[in-house]
Amino acid sequence: MKLRKNVAVSESGLLFNPVTGESYSVNPIGVEIINLLRDEKTMEQIGAVILEKYNTDQSTFEKDFHDFVGILYHHNLIETHEEANG
Amino acid sequence: MKKRTVNIAVTGLNAIDSPGPGVSVIRALREATSFDVKIIGLSYESLEPGIYMHDLVDRTYAIPYPSTGIEAIHSRLEYIHEKEQLDVIIPNFDAELYTFIKLEAKLRNTGIHMFLPTLHQFEERHKMNLNDFGEKYQIKVPKSKVIYDLNKVYSLQSEFSFPLLVKGKFYDASVAYNIDQVKSCFNKISAKWGVPIIIQEFIHGTEFNVTGLGDGKGNTIAAVPMRKQYITDKGKAWGGITISDEKMLEMTRRFLHETKWRGGFELELMKDKEGELYLLEINPRLPAWIYLAVGVGQNIPEALVNLALGVKVKPFESFEVGKMFIRYAWDMIVNREEFEQISVYGEL
Repeated sequence: MKLRKNVAVSESGLLFNPVTGESYSVNPIGVEIINLLRDEKTMEQIGAVILEKYNTDQSTFEKDFHDFVGILYHHNLIETHEEANG
Repeated sequence: MKKRTVNIAVTGLNAIDSPGPGVSVIRALREATSFDVKIIGLSYESLEPGIYMHDLVDRTYAIPYPSTGIEAIHSRLEYIHEKEQLDVIIPNFDAELYTFIKLEAKLRNTGIHMFLPTLHQFEERHKMNLNDFGEKYQIKVPKSKVIYDLNKVYSLQSEFSFPLLVKGKFYDASVAYNIDQVKSCFNKISAKWGVPIIIQEFIHGTEFNVTGLGDGKGNTIAAVPMRKQYITDKGKAWGGITISDEKMLEMTRRFLHETKWRGGFELELMKDKEGELYLLEINPRLPAWIYLAVGVGQNIPEALVNLALGVKVKPFESFEVGKMFIRYAWDMIVNREEFEQISVYGEL
């Protein structure tokens, strides 16, 4: 799972997709997860960071993570499997 | 070293809900680094706001409408040239371009330069010929049909599904959801712009524009794509943002290469849900949002003037992505005497 290379993320949580010109706003945890995705971390690695830092459990994290990534896919902010595999 | 002052006449000084590009073009020219300018406004109506923007426009002359004939415009331009020693004219209206293209050689002989598409390029890209254009250059276009007669509207039901677009030959477009609406749009648009009317398949998607400049030899001098962010009920962008879409830029370069386009242009594009790009229209002139291109590093009007004057221009290689324009309206306070001057004497 890889965030598209050219997607810009500001500290305030504004995402800008320069290919489509669309902007999105995400909350601070969203920014954290996006930055981890940008560093090509796996779901397990991201889960470890979030569970360490926040008061939540594995299954809640997984459910919310899948929802969030689903939204990123929907808005074309994450590379598809075909693109990722070249 | 003192820069040369170029006397440039510009049309399109209006600013109604479908604003002319003139004022934006002039702002760009005022920021040119390769020459200084004296700006001569050419107006069709006394209420065009550019006439009264004295910090942008040095002097304005009224000119006759294109419908009065080529000779009437030519003789008025000769008079203006005598007074102002014009070097370049930048026409900014679709409806006047035919006349200016026809006059290009004559004006060049008197020292006035333009950088316009050829008559062939102008006709070929016309929205009436969009189907053939798409086929010839392998560019996806929505299905279109030209109709001259209101009775032909009924035959559309077998060829198009609703909604569809009803377009005027120069300006105006409306979405119609049934035959009655098509008839009403046909009447409204043909009363204003005449026939034919173009019926076009409606593509659902996101609207984008690309503006740029072709050197007439197939090279891309400039290209800046923009996503419309705020759209008026006339379909005009009132806000937009520059984007970096390689597919869009590739289509633009191919269009310029294949057609050897000469001059400024605006491509109107639609991207559907599957990411397919459709070319809806080619406007054979600079758009009203041209100042955004200047804001992101491509002063297209300056490059156009240099090409018109035969000065070599290096193609722009980059532009800033993610920069926005937001348009606003501004009420100027104007003395009646100024209005009188342009209305009665045709000069201000």
